[in-house]
Amino acid sequence: MTDLLAGRLREVLPDEAVITDPVRLRTYECDGLTYHRATPGVVVLPETAEQIAAVVRLCQEFRVPFVARGSGTGLSGGALPRSDGVLIVTSRMRRVLSIDLANRRAVVEPGVTNLAITEAVREAGYYYAPDPSSQQICSIGGNVAENSGGAHCLKYGFTVNHVLGLELVTPDGDIVELSEMDAGYDLLGAFIGSEGTLGIATKITVRLSRAPAAVTTMLAAFTTIEGGGRAVSAIIGAGIVPAAIEMMDALAIEAAEAAVRCEYPAGAGAVLVVELDGPEAEVDLQFAEVDRICREAGAFEIRVAASAEERAAIWKGRKSAFAAVGRISPAYIVQDGVVPRTALPEVLAGIDRLQEEFGIRVANVFHAGDGNLHPLVLFDDAVAGEGERAELVSGRILDLCIEYGGSITGEHGVGVDKSRYMPRMFTDEDLDTMQLVRCAFDVGNLSNPGKVFPTPRLCGEIPRVRKEPHPYEAELF
Amino acid sequence: MPHDALAGTGVTIRTADPSDAVAGVQPKWVALPESTEEVAALLRAAAEHDLAVTPVGGGTKLDWGPPPERCDLLIDLCCMNEILEHAAGDLVVRVQAGTTFESLNQQLSTENQELALDIPVPGTTVGGLLATALSGPRRFRYGTPRDLVIGITVVLADGTTAHSGGKVVKNVAGYDLGKLFTGSYGTLGIITEAAFRLHPLPPTRKWVTATYPTPEQNDSPADYATLIGALVTQLAASQAEPSAIELNWSAVSPGYTMSVLLEGTAAPSRAAAIQHAMTNLEISGIEASSGNNPALGLLSRPEITDNPPEWWGDLPDGGILMEIRVPPGSIGPVLRDVASASMSGHVLRGSAASGVLHLAVPDETHLTAIARLRDQVEGIGGRLVVVSGAGNGVDRWGTIGALDLMKRVKARFDPDRRLSPGRFVGGI
Repeated sequence: MTDLLAGRLREVLPDEAVITDPVRLRTYECDGLTYHRATPGVVVLPETAEQIAAVVRLCQEFRVPFVARGSGTGLSGGALPRSDGVLIVTSRMRRVLSIDLANRRAVVEPGVTNLAITEAVREAGYYYAPDPSSQQICSIGGNVAENSGGAHCLKYGFTVNHVLGLELVTPDGDIVELSEMDAGYDLLGAFIGSEGTLGIATKITVRLSRAPAAVTTMLAAFTTIEGGGRAVSAIIGAGIVPAAIEMMDALAIEAAEAAVRCEYPAGAGAVLVVELDGPEAEVDLQFAEVDRICREAGAFEIRVAASAEERAAIWKGRKSAFAAVGRISPAYIVQDGVVPRTALPEVLAGIDRLQEEFGIRVANVFHAGDGNLHPLVLFDDAVAGEGERAELVSGRILDLCIEYGGSITGEHGVGVDKSRYMPRMFTDEDLDTMQLVRCAFDVGNLSNPGKVFPTPRLCGEIPRVRKEPHPYEAELF
Repeated sequence: MPHDALAGTGVTIRTADPSDAVAGVQPKWVALPESTEEVAALLRAAAEHDLAVTPVGGGTKLDWGPPPERCDLLIDLCCMNEILEHAAGDLVVRVQAGTTFESLNQQLSTENQELALDIPVPGTTVGGLLATALSGPRRFRYGTPRDLVIGITVVLADGTTAHSGGKVVKNVAGYDLGKLFTGSYGTLGIITEAAFRLHPLPPTRKWVTATYPTPEQNDSPADYATLIGALVTQLAASQAEPSAIELNWSAVSPGYTMSVLLEGTAAPSRAAAIQHAMTNLEISGIEASSGNNPALGLLSRPEITDNPPEWWGDLPDGGILMEIRVPPGSIGPVLRDVASASMSGHVLRGSAASGVLHLAVPDETHLTAIARLRDQVEGIGGRLVVVSGAGNGVDRWGTIGALDLMKRVKARFDPDRRLSPGRFVGGI
């Protein structure tokens, strides 16, 4: 086997940073979306932006695709490798480069975990606001690629609202700085959430937020999901913007109970987790109102966390929900769709109908405040045809989201998983227009190709005339 | 003939007059479309006849930025002023681009909601505020237009109509064209509709305002610029959670006036906490009892009011208007640099807590000082942009990190350079 590219990669990277051993390559064959798998052609573990730039330039020279990967926790296959390409893993770029409290910012490398930023500044009374459930392990570079959210983005926004600047390696292999300071197009905003298709972030400047003076976390149990829904609408209608409002239905509660013994109130058809934060006086006033609203909406039990431990206990069930359904089902699909909050009752009723029609159970966990659903579609992969039916139900849920004016993804990204749904949400003209951005950055379509967009769209010009044999024919790896 | 082609779209077309000039360049015609489809028809006709096009909303900022290289057609979106959907329960609004910010917020207030931006130029339309990325005091809490726009409809130079985002706040499907078009000054396409995330109107608002002496008003050699900078940093980190911290300093004002906005249910008690902090400065490294404590020299003690000071949220008046952006902990150095530039008649005002200030000076006699100030600002990691009022020889934009990528984006969206050509950074 010819090892042309791998050899060249070893010229720009330390020997051990280039992986070609088939067994080791296989450990990178998927991200958090495990049912899409591909063994990467080669894996590199760079330590600097310059090394990434050199790798990308080699990819351009050999005309092979490259995919960036952080911690590999993504749930849409955004970091699914290419068997004909290079997987660039940022796990060795884990330095917090600077913390500047006076200017409320930190500069970090892309492999730094989301939570590590908060841990670095917590004692000083600061934190990094976006908090995806995987925050203990997910990388900030991956957060930038996916524009990650989390339970608290209802009040505080997403990654894009908290990243002030980026150093990135463009698909041409140039190192470029994007800053909120600069005049000109908001390329920073366009890059964040582009799922690795516009380049690789190598240095990230994040905003640090001041910790709120008070945090109140409460759990309200309802006999029905409708009761919980009424409470959510009334809270928003009262002009309160909680830090988070999360809801779980009976099946999701059952799973969480089996997995982590979260001891949510027995007999609950739905639980609502509401977190209020801010100045103490404000939180006290809002808590009294939320408490009243929940009782009026039919809450039969309300618990309030009196300590950090109790808060963690309330969150425990919610945060473990995805993995927990493994306790009640051999296999499951994590869906991620968004509907306008007011359409939640209709859409949940629609999901109920789908469960009946297809004989497939769905556990519902959602960020109720912003209408972001995470239906967990349960199936037994040992039963013939059940996986296909689950897949069908999962897709039909997205159709429901689109029908009610929502989105096919609120935070997990399109990746490889949902690119086929993009034409249901966007017209050809919409997609072609988005493609103009990609072509401006990546004319050769080598940066994470096959993700986000449903069909390969060309940029309408040939970047260079190929003189060598096609790389696939030349057996690069 | 171009005019026939434009008239053939069925859109009202009139001959332009001098009042339609874009930074001094008078177009030939003005079109008044009433829908996205009509904008698309106009741009297709313009493409066929190679007409250069500039969109206009309220016409309030047509003299911002450099003049276009050419401008044949002004597309005036004033007739597209409909609020398409106000989903109060979802805290979302969809609106046509020609709607003025004032009329939008008036409508939203009937449901006790608002688009939480402060637009400093009266008469600004939704399209105009997006195209220029305008913001005001409360950017400190709510961000800028790019943070609140959740969906956008645009028409490109060739008449293609494209949408991105939608009408849900949480949405990561596809590229976010809303962010790309926000602040693009009409050079990528014409914004015809937008959807925004809304906020509940706060039940109470309180302002705490105090004036601190500038060096020339106080005999002590205290470094008041540094003290004010440190105070801004301290207040920005306050757990009373101010929505805005604004600074106003003009050649004729009595000193540095700082005004802090508190919004929400517990605003009065939080305002009292801020008032205390603004009176009894406990800034690390500065002795409370020393002559360096500006509290000792307070020109007016912090006062809590239900209304803002009269300059609140306005752009400073003057011949040349600039925007200075610095890391938010660097307000002190900016105050010092502006003071040392000795620009007579200057007004410096803006969102100190966000590190975004506007500076106005009377005329071009200060160009050398402006250039020096830009160097100083860039030296502390900031930028100085000349917004309006300067002649063509002036470098408006300063350093831009990714100009090459920006030019490539422009080339993809408007390959024939017909949309406001030359109006933007690097000649874009």
